[in-house]
Amino acid sequence: MKKQQKLHGLSDRTSDIILVAFCFIILMIVLYPLYYVLIASVSNPYDVYAGKTFLFPSQFTLDGYKAVFADDSILLGLMNSFKYTIVGTVYSVVMIYLTAYPLSQHNMPGRKFLNIFFLITMYFGGGLIPTYLIVKDTGLIGNMWALFLPGGVAVGNMIILRNYIEHSMPQELLEAARIDGAAHFNIFFKMIIPLSRPIMAVMVVFSMVAYWNDWFTSLIYLSADQAPLPLVLRSILIQSSASAAQASTISGGYAELNKLTEMIKFSSIVVAAVPMLIVYPFVQKYFEQGFMSGAVKG
Amino acid sequence: MKSQSVAVKQKPPKKSAAERKQDRAALLRRVRQCWQLYVMLLVPVIITVIYKYIPMYGLQIAFRDYKASKGYLGSEWVGFEWFERFFTSPNFGRMIRNTVLLSLYSLLWSFPVPIVLSLAINQLRFHKFKRVVQTVLYAPHFISTMIICGMIRIFLSPSGGLINLLLGTQIDFLTQSGAFRTIYIASGIWQDAGWGTIIYLATLASVDTCLYEAAKVDGASMFQRILNIDIPALIPMMVLNLIMSAGGLMNVGFEKVWLLQTDLNKATSDVIAVYVYEQGIVNAKYSYSTAIGLFNTVINLILLVIVNKIASKASDVTLV
Repeated sequence: MKKQQKLHGLSDRTSDIILVAFCFIILMIVLYPLYYVLIASVSNPYDVYAGKTFLFPSQFTLDGYKAVFADDSILLGLMNSFKYTIVGTVYSVVMIYLTAYPLSQHNMPGRKFLNIFFLITMYFGGGLIPTYLIVKDTGLIGNMWALFLPGGVAVGNMIILRNYIEHSMPQELLEAARIDGAAHFNIFFKMIIPLSRPIMAVMVVFSMVAYWNDWFTSLIYLSADQAPLPLVLRSILIQSSASAAQASTISGGYAELNKLTEMIKFSSIVVAAVPMLIVYPFVQKYFEQGFMSGAVKG
Repeated sequence: MKSQSVAVKQKPPKKSAAERKQDRAALLRRVRQCWQLYVMLLVPVIITVIYKYIPMYGLQIAFRDYKASKGYLGSEWVGFEWFERFFTSPNFGRMIRNTVLLSLYSLLWSFPVPIVLSLAINQLRFHKFKRVVQTVLYAPHFISTMIICGMIRIFLSPSGGLINLLLGTQIDFLTQSGAFRTIYIASGIWQDAGWGTIIYLATLASVDTCLYEAAKVDGASMFQRILNIDIPALIPMMVLNLIMSAGGLMNVGFEKVWLLQTDLNKATSDVIAVYVYEQGIVNAKYSYSTAIGLFNTVINLILLVIVNKIASKASDVTLV
């Protein structure tokens, strides 16, 4: 027995321990920056910058969060973000379904051409300015729809759904319905939509994340009062300036204002990141399945 | 699939006029049967034509002196003038260098990490722990670039930033051009390496468990099982990923570079994507910006085709 172990390297028990230790270290590397921001957001910023909050909060306070929710521009950004995320997700998922189902029907004349028609947009496009010009020409500057329509159909997600319909759905059932003379609309609403719920959940989460985190499109096409949360936070996080609204709520002068600005940095990061971090674990188990059915055939 | 391709390869016998007429009638019947499918496709097709294909048509302004009042076709044709202007602009060499090096180093450092992680996660035998590791590793992917860059700026702050506290220094990393690539790549790995494991984990999950059983019976250690079963199983997916990445070699993401750029680190952070934005949106030089963007896209397409050719010769994996 001993001889065999020497021949083939470490025993399974030893390698298990090494493996768990390795994964634990990785876990800490990923988790710690997030944890640090979280405890810093409920600590006194001076203690944060003095290095007193490596593991635990210092002088626990919720002032940072109070300031975030008292700030009109941040609240407006939050409302805008919610609005864009909801409308954008509905738009995106509807478009994916409207495209994926017909393209999964092999007896539809023109299927090959339409497949290529959509696929090309994944690899080639007009780029920033030609797209900007058509958005402008169609009168969408300053309109929420400028965030959604230029994206067209999310082709990558559409292929995942198309392959799911083709390969993972009970084909005999769909075939039987068709032979019985069921119209495509009926099959689509009564079978495809209910039967594809797991993959729909993934599509919904992917779209939500994309729209919640997007800011560049808003920067180009929308005005300042239409800015979503990430764009509002740009002035705080990247340009490090306090808004007028924050300044007016402070009576203690420059030092107080400075302290509050630093606190808002941490608390606003938490507010912006948490919604998506809560959502994705619910559909996590479908990620692998989704990616695999998408990778089967492009 | 197989029978279909065989059928296509056979030369169709010549058809008489009557037969062709019959075929056409059959096709028409099939089209009529599918009318509801075409109705569903109507809106996606229209939107794709307007917002994807018209901009491709609009690319011609790269060869014109575009004036909004004159439209695409009315604007004066100037040939390759904008491209020449770009190639001779003072920062041209620097921008190409920065763009290529940033994505090349990014690829070299980021590519192996998800593979190593997925090999390790796949061997974890405690399922609860495995799930926790996966959930945590995916988390950073769901955070906006804006927030990530905000965190980077806070952590790198010279006065009380986490990194300086840990090092006991007061270095302003974002003003140092030597540090920019490291910051960009390290934070990129932190954010997306976990997400990148999904595709590899899914591939590993489809490995026949009999192989592991047989290897265990033969007394193979975990390391040997990884080396002889897992890694060979991942190779096609690695090649596919490499092709995809190579095609995006000139596609350095605009957002992160722009948010981390300071006047002092421009020596390494000045990339094509930021220039396209500044010239096009900020300075409204539409034709010039479009020309640069087109140049970038064409290089990417050429790279994609070359790497795809090489990969298809080396293995049986190709794109599309």
